[in-house]
Amino acid sequence: MNEIDEIYTDLIMEHSTNSSNKKQIENPTSSMLGHNPNCGDEIKLELKIENNKIIDMAFTGHGCAISQSSTSIMIDTLRGKTIEEAKKIIEIFIKMIKRENVSEEEKKLLGDGIAFENISNMPARVKCALLSWHTAENMLDEVDK
Amino acid sequence: MRSIEDIKKDFPIFTNQKDIVYLDSGATSQKPLVVLEAEKKYYENTNANPYRGAYKLSVDSTSIYNTARHKVATFLNAKYDEEIIFTKNATEALNLITFSYGLDNVMADDEIVLSIMEHHSNLVPWQRVAQAKNAKLNYLYLNKDYEIDDFEIETKITKNTKIVGILSVSNVLGTVVDIKKIIAKAHQVGAVVVLDISQSIAHMPCDVQDLDADFVAFSAHKMFGPLGIGVLYGKKELLEKMNPFLMGGDMIEYVYEQSTTFAPLPHKFEAGTQNVGGAVGLMTAIDYILSIGYSQIQMHDRELITYCIEKLKSLPYITLLCPKDVNHISSVISFNINGVHPHDVSTILDFNGICIRSGNHCAQPLMRYLGIDSTCRISFSIYNTKEDIDKLANALEKIYVKFKKYIDNK
Ligand SMILES: Cc1ncc(COP(=O)(O)O)c(C=O)c1O
Ligand SMILES: [Zn+2]
Repeated sequence: MNEIDEIYTDLIMEHSTNSSNKKQIENPTSSMLGHNPNCGDEIKLELKIENNKIIDMAFTGHGCAISQSSTSIMIDTLRGKTIEEAKKIIEIFIKMIKRENVSEEEKKLLGDGIAFENISNMPARVKCALLSWHTAENMLDEVDK
Repeated sequence: MRSIEDIKKDFPIFTNQKDIVYLDSGATSQKPLVVLEAEKKYYENTNANPYRGAYKLSVDSTSIYNTARHKVATFLNAKYDEEIIFTKNATEALNLITFSYGLDNVMADDEIVLSIMEHHSNLVPWQRVAQAKNAKLNYLYLNKDYEIDDFEIETKITKNTKIVGILSVSNVLGTVVDIKKIIAKAHQVGAVVVLDISQSIAHMPCDVQDLDADFVAFSAHKMFGPLGIGVLYGKKELLEKMNPFLMGGDMIEYVYEQSTTFAPLPHKFEAGTQNVGGAVGLMTAIDYILSIGYSQIQMHDRELITYCIEKLKSLPYITLLCPKDVNHISSVISFNINGVHPHDVSTILDFNGICIRSGNHCAQPLMRYLGIDSTCRISFSIYNTKEDIDKLANALEKIYVKFKKYIDNK
């Protein structure tokens, strides 16, 4: 079951079953629903932005281990970043999943998000990994308007 | 009677994909070599545009198409060949009924009654009709054994009901529906029944006269036939009164600049160049089913379902979603591993060479009604063995062990 352990790593499993980011935050400045009709994955992202900075982020919802852990890990990665920085990180993550060229330097910015590098080997699950990142991307675009 | 091992050899996919355990025949069945070869032979020997050429090849192609129609009519025990309309799949057949019959015959405040188990293809089009005509959409719900109670049938199908849409077997729960009872009640109130036999036609015979079905739909690809061809059966007197669905070549009589007269049945409903190769495949698939025989198919289904339910029940972390009485389960079983999302289950099974379906199975209203968002679904066919089920059970155990330590930490 080697291939499986490459995807369902301890890190991913911990985040999917036991995430401290799975909660509601007080007075979020924005929130958005993300939905993956294929899987039935559903997440609600909440965001608190002050002075152009993400000071808090959390999620609720349900879905597969990939979508849930990807959401939780994304939140860890984006918390504390400016909107600019967050957008850049999201862009790198999406590029990585789509197997476009990502430099080592860029990879460093992803934090634990790098754990999803192998998901591109499983086309059926790419949507699960991307759900929260696309949702966050839309949210930040709206904030930026 | 041929052995299952021998029958399995009819399917080239199991030679080409050596170790695969295919448990998704409810989505589409594998194809026996005879079907593939019959289709190939048609293209190699007789291919021409049916109906459109005056030369022999085209006439032969037309004749083959109508031989296939006759084969399907006999298979379903239809009274007339022209009651058989070829479509692209069950979905197109069901849409044809909703658009050509539903829109013209359902009026404001009429009721359309569907089972909550309907596949989106026998549900979403009726929403369109209900919205367009201001009709009501009512549902037959399930009891705790995932079956429709008589009370539900007696109270929901009323004098206002114009349409009853019902599947013979649920593609999610495997429930075998008592369609005869529902048809009898529908006819008692003057409603027309749209029967979706997509999940049963590879497992149980369908006699449209005995059932007194008004409309019946299925796809060839779930019954050992090729992709891209399906069947609509309709009672002649209903089809004759209906307007065409798709319009274009072959379905017309006289076309003027501003108006057109339409061809008689079945051509009225078969617009454009038809899938003769597919019809040949379907015809051969019917012969294939009949050569094995529904009695052996059903015996095999019973054996596998009984064994599988027993096996899954022995795994304490599995929740089964199926009727209590195994005789009311066709060849589909839904289950969940407690605490593990179905998509993760199917991904990991896939790594083990086991193909199952996970998700909402094109039945979102049913899922919502059951209060879940997805299930793991396995479905059997004549080539499946007890060994397939053992492999599945072993893999499920491994998945559970892997996930358990994280779930327990919660
Ligand atoms: C019960 C039922 N009805 C209808 C369909 C639709 O069949 P198709 O997608 O071939 O049109 C399916 C299968 O997908 C089904 O299981
Ligand atoms: Zn998912």
